[in-house]
Amino acid sequence: MKTIDQTQQEIVEEFSMFSDWMDKYEYIIDMGKNLEQLPDDFKKDEFLIPGCQSRVWLVPEFRDDKVFFKTDSDAIITKGIACLIVRIFNGRTKEEISKSKLFFIEKIGLVQNLSPTRANGLASMVDKIYRYVK
Amino acid sequence: MIDNLNKIRNDFPILKTKVYDKPLVFLDSAASSQKPDCVINAVADFYKRHNANIHRGVYFLSQKATALYEETRVKVQQFINAKYSHEIIFTRGTTEGINLVASSFGDLLSDGDEVIISEMEHHANIVPWQLLQKRKKIVIKVIPITSDFQLDIAAYKKLINQRTKLVSVTHISNTLGTINPIQLIIDIAHANNIPVLIDAAQSIHHKAIDVQKLDVDFLVFSGHKMYAETGIGILYGKEDLLNKMPPYQGGGDMIKDVTFEQTTFAELPQKFEAGTTNYSGAISLKVAIEYIEKIGLDKIACYEGKLQDYAIAKLRKMPDIQLYTTSKFNKTSVISFNIKGIHHEDIGTMLDKMGIAVRTGGHCTYPLMKKLGVTGTVRASFVLYNTFAEIDFFVKSLQRVVNMLKN
Ligand SMILES: Cc1ncc(COP(=O)(O)O)c(C=O)c1O
Repeated sequence: MKTIDQTQQEIVEEFSMFSDWMDKYEYIIDMGKNLEQLPDDFKKDEFLIPGCQSRVWLVPEFRDDKVFFKTDSDAIITKGIACLIVRIFNGRTKEEISKSKLFFIEKIGLVQNLSPTRANGLASMVDKIYRYVK
Repeated sequence: MIDNLNKIRNDFPILKTKVYDKPLVFLDSAASSQKPDCVINAVADFYKRHNANIHRGVYFLSQKATALYEETRVKVQQFINAKYSHEIIFTRGTTEGINLVASSFGDLLSDGDEVIISEMEHHANIVPWQLLQKRKKIVIKVIPITSDFQLDIAAYKKLINQRTKLVSVTHISNTLGTINPIQLIIDIAHANNIPVLIDAAQSIHHKAIDVQKLDVDFLVFSGHKMYAETGIGILYGKEDLLNKMPPYQGGGDMIKDVTFEQTTFAELPQKFEAGTTNYSGAISLKVAIEYIEKIGLDKIACYEGKLQDYAIAKLRKMPDIQLYTTSKFNKTSVISFNIKGIHHEDIGTMLDKMGIAVRTGGHCTYPLMKKLGVTGTVRASFVLYNTFAEIDFFVKSLQRVVNMLKN
């Protein structure tokens, strides 16, 4: 299995194939569309990420020391971004996550290009993951 | 039609900005308008040549600054045709104006008194009354909207009773664009001796308002939506009402005499202008009003009306669109919509990448969103510097975005 940093680097490379922002977003949108829907029972307030204009749920689950996430959102772009985050953190141990630093967001330029409301949402999604593994 | 449209666009330097290397298409003036050169220059000029605290100094600069500030008061008085200039109170904006009335006029209310608002109010005309409820047991009654996005006037009449002490409604909905029949609303209230507050945040730069003809009791609006600086706004109130109301905030400028035992308050308008006010903002407001007057409110409304009709006609042709706009003629160029199956935020994010600035979300009208059964809408608003070509580009881009986002 790749490390967190390797997965991040992989994502950065995937995005570097697109020169145009519309193409980058098309890629995010496709990821969002392909993500399995979260069953309604999981769409509870306790799994809701604060600070987003759209609703985003992030459901953690611990299996054999490792944490797995399910996610969903009513906005497709948010869902696509959540997918990326989940892809990086899924199947990691608490130690791996708490020691990690996220660099892919900046590297693919998501932060300066996302609306601040979404950037805030992104920050609180990441924040929530770090808090789960504390 | 506004003559020399190109010239009007040239007045707003920000419209030449590029975002993501694409020309900016600014369709969010209902949130805050852009500023013309004359306003920007007036503020710069003030700081370069006249800046000093007002009402405080005997020296030249302070007196000059005071004169400019007071000239704005008179300009606003003329603009809305108030009887006296001391009925014009400078505030921070619409929000502060309503909070002032809710607090000070609210002081005159008793437990059990009722205030009528409407279902299409901005939070600025909801929350101040709820805060008042923490001090007084007043009752808030809400005029519902019809399925055609109008105020239900029959229901409004039924809400009025002996305990109604104020009607506080918006002139134009910042979400629906509906223009409410404020003369009728005022006449109905006055027939029952009830004063009326009108939130003119969305209308002051769009329709001529004559407070004496309307006989409105309070009128509030913000400078930043009418091409002036942010942080300045106006509360108009009838002299006798303002005189009856206690001061809102205490501090410098609003007093006659202060001792530790007792303080007496200044006369209107200073009574409601505690502390150092936003005088550079006030000065920008005068220039903004002159700018509007130079073009002419009639011409502006006519042109914005054409933009609105053009945009609505084009949007209606889009598949799966839900427009939250009345079928009647009483509306402005503020257009809210959703596309079935697509989140409003996704549309806003993608349009942004094409250089188009629209607003998404609840537009500070959450109760209205609840009524519409949505979490938000996309809102595009058009003012005098927008063009038909921008609408074409907007609709074309929207179509492209929808195709990308559609499942
Ligand atoms: C109808 C209406 N009322 C009140 C406000 C609040 O104005 P401000 O934020 O300038 O105080 C707005 C602005 O968004 C508005 O559109």
